[in-house]
Amino acid sequence: MAANSPVTPHPQPGPPLWLLAELTYRCPLHCAFCYNPTDFARTSAELATEDWLRVLREARALGAVQLGLSGGEPLSRDDLEPIVAEAHALGFYTNLITSGVGLSDARLQALKKAGLDHIQLSFQDSTRQMNDFLSSTRTFDLKSTVAALIKKYDYPMVLNVVLHRLNIDHVEEILEMALRLGADYVELANTQYYGWAFHNRDQLLPSRDQVERAEAVMQRFRERVGQQMKIYFVVPDYFERRPKPCMNGLGSIFLTITPDGTALPCHAARMLPGLEFPNVRSAGIREIWYESGAFNQFRGDAWMKEPCRSCPEKTRDFGGCRCQAYLLTGDAANADPVCDLSPYHHLVTEAVERADRPTAAPQLGPEDKPLVFRSERNSTTLFVK
Amino acid sequence: MTQAVIDTTSRAAVERGFRLQWEPAQNAHVLLYPEGMIKLNTSAGEIMKRCDGVATLAEITADLERAFAAANLSADVIRFVTMAVDKRWLRILP
Repeated sequence: MAANSPVTPHPQPGPPLWLLAELTYRCPLHCAFCYNPTDFARTSAELATEDWLRVLREARALGAVQLGLSGGEPLSRDDLEPIVAEAHALGFYTNLITSGVGLSDARLQALKKAGLDHIQLSFQDSTRQMNDFLSSTRTFDLKSTVAALIKKYDYPMVLNVVLHRLNIDHVEEILEMALRLGADYVELANTQYYGWAFHNRDQLLPSRDQVERAEAVMQRFRERVGQQMKIYFVVPDYFERRPKPCMNGLGSIFLTITPDGTALPCHAARMLPGLEFPNVRSAGIREIWYESGAFNQFRGDAWMKEPCRSCPEKTRDFGGCRCQAYLLTGDAANADPVCDLSPYHHLVTEAVERADRPTAAPQLGPEDKPLVFRSERNSTTLFVK
Repeated sequence: MTQAVIDTTSRAAVERGFRLQWEPAQNAHVLLYPEGMIKLNTSAGEIMKRCDGVATLAEITADLERAFAAANLSADVIRFVTMAVDKRWLRILP
């Protein structure tokens, strides 16, 4: 790369290699760390089966290869099977991202037959008592049943656990549970602070000490179990000094379609102000991806401000995450404040410092600011304006 | 874990959870796996698409030598398959 870091406006992007289909916002769980928009209850009617099949065909024709089926809980859609079948026939690698609630033997048999390639089972808990997170028999029974089904139909058992302040001290128990469930892969993913998680950030952000202890426990466990169960640990980016290359740059490879057909360059991007996100009900995927203003806005680097604009690292991290820049600084074109070159980096370090205070160790959050769980009712009463 | 010895009599297949396909938009064979894609170069694609769990590496080598009018590809095939097994793209059948 040239040393003077030339600015490139809207280069012609490659295809949207990765399509994330958020089939529904309906979900039997109420996770306080959900990245879904807090005002999801305002969302209009869900796309019909035919709309989804058209989205799949158009995206695949452009070169999309990865399909994530997510939500909400995608199993809440009773047309998941025909959607998977069409995706498989088109040549997508299909990945079901699910809590497992609603996954019966009959449904998994049908999904396998439809050509489902992969299942990522998230370990979450719907109960409001965080102690239940690990001890809830109901949850463990459900996950055990689903894990057995996943093995029965010869899928690798991939478990995703979202970590936060209230459960990160239990990493060892979580890993033991994963081992008992027969997991092949476990992803310990620290919460990313968008949507509901951002609203609850002060309650969910772990202290640096907690993160370090969890990482050490994970390392020991990894050495103990070896190849039997592969463990990935995703460090929360608030503890980093350089931002993640979020989405490989907006509009570069990633396309999300939300339950109502809104097309987004990242699953959290709906919050970004001043952008008119196109909808698949009125525009084709080609037009959305290559021509829409919303998808072109953050391509290239002409949109960047300093310190990103002249930074040699901009070709590696693309200035980080637009949503995080907007959430923390009020301007999506600013550097992601995770970067210690950002004049707003103190907003991140201050949040970590607050989390590091010994008094900041709530079980369920301080009295004056309780955890807000993701639910239709909370969305309607608290966030839909 | 003991690694199987890979030689001309070995049979290999694409590992569970992976999918190999020709991708017109990439003009290449690609290997798809959860949340990822590996774009294969021509020789890697030609070797992998022959790893059907039935043909031995000797048979695959012979087929490649015929198809590309080449000779002495055996070492290249074994080297690639060894690497691919190491990366878990391929597995050796018992």
